[in-house]
Amino acid sequence: MSDPPVDLAAVFREEAGRCTATLIRVLGDVDLAEDAVAEAFAVAAERWPQTGMPDNPGAWITTTARNRAIDRLRRESTRDDRQRAAHHLHEVEMAPDDDPELGGLDALVEVVPDDQLRLMFLCCHPALSADARVALTLRLLGGLQTEEIARAFLVPEATIAQRIVRAKRKLRDNHASYRIPSAAELPDRLPVVLAAISLVFTEGHRATSGDELVRTDLSDEAIRLARLLVELMPDEPEAVGLLALLVLTDARRPARTADDGSFVPLADQDRSRWDRALIDEGHALVRACLRRNQPGPWQLQAAIAAVHAAAPTAEATDCDGGYRLAIAGRGWVPGLSRRRGAPPARPGRLPTPPAPPASARRRRRRPSSGTPSGA
Amino acid sequence: MAQYLLSVWHDEDYEVDFSGEEMQRIGAQVGRLNEELQAAGAEVFGGGLMPGRSATALRPTGDGDVSMIDGPYAESKEIMGGFWVIEAADLDAALEWGRKAALACEGPVEVRPFQGE
Repeated sequence: MSDPPVDLAAVFREEAGRCTATLIRVLGDVDLAEDAVAEAFAVAAERWPQTGMPDNPGAWITTTARNRAIDRLRRESTRDDRQRAAHHLHEVEMAPDDDPELGGLDALVEVVPDDQLRLMFLCCHPALSADARVALTLRLLGGLQTEEIARAFLVPEATIAQRIVRAKRKLRDNHASYRIPSAAELPDRLPVVLAAISLVFTEGHRATSGDELVRTDLSDEAIRLARLLVELMPDEPEAVGLLALLVLTDARRPARTADDGSFVPLADQDRSRWDRALIDEGHALVRACLRRNQPGPWQLQAAIAAVHAAAPTAEATDCDGGYRLAIAGRGWVPGLSRRRGAPPARPGRLPTPPAPPASARRRRRRPSSGTPSGA
Repeated sequence: MAQYLLSVWHDEDYEVDFSGEEMQRIGAQVGRLNEELQAAGAEVFGGGLMPGRSATALRPTGDGDVSMIDGPYAESKEIMGGFWVIEAADLDAALEWGRKAALACEGPVEVRPFQGE
């Protein structure tokens, strides 16, 4: 009873996409991988409450899913699945048939980050419709159920289910490869991934109706995917730009709705309610982009968001401040240079991290549960 | 390796006439693409089709007989004007050939996989 309670939903959120990504590579089939991961979580739901959660739940799920899939392929020898996965199965059977609890997992788990990148590019294949990319990304990488995606997008569940089935079938019928695009292909392929993540975020961010909790989850999921992408492709400045834009926008979330749930425009927001940690993170990312100086549309939007996030009040939004100078000085926007009479732009200089507004500093010092003194 | 159909689409009333400057240019571009496909070992078969008015549509009447109608089967503003059957490693490789075909033909191209064995 001293063990912490097993939060299977949290593990699922955290690990489902990663496990599915690896299983698709191992089994060579998206549906088989999905089924296997679901089965492994079912086993975990039965076992973990008794045994406690393993040290590395993701590796446990991945190995269990792999073993279950192999069992199933052996059992159901007449199924089409078997033929599809036959050449992969050979490869898998060469691997030691280890018990999930006994280690030997390293070889399987080691390459996982690349698997998630492969899956991202598969889900966001340009041959799919934009709607299908988003649905497939949320389903396979986000581990969201069809019903959850349908609720988030306010469309019937059957519509999402059909979208996902069609997308998976199209990729399979067309022999889409499970691979990371080459450097030459990336300029065409990466923007599609970035757009899909941005769409997920926008769906969550602009929610003014529907089940708010779920839609907030959508913003969080988009940020998680953007973080993952930056982690996997740290040298892609546009990925960093998208992440910066998303965190800077999300930082305003607490101030975007009034108590009655109505929308509060930027100029009227109580800026002390903005999330300082997210703003600091966003500013650091934007400064990194400016230093790298390979501009693109996402980085530019992030830089503009950074200007707004740095302003203590709407009136004081500093159009001639550090970010504007840095953007203009680097020639990111043709025609955007200094205002007449303003000091010349100094391209080499980056803005210093803005200090939080005085009201935010005061608020932070106040214990959250304390009674406001003198109020 | 998988096989894909790259079909090229024209207006329904297109004519085969290579005398104009535009068709000369397109013909030369397609010729270069054919050479590239052959050099890569990707081409299975390809060719341009005579206009839609040359087509005859046949369909079973259900009593063991077949009816015959003058003209293309589908009533459409566009008609297939030619195609390639290619071999490619995967979808991305097929789409890359499709991209080149669309540029060479200066018109829409559809990429579609063949059924597996």
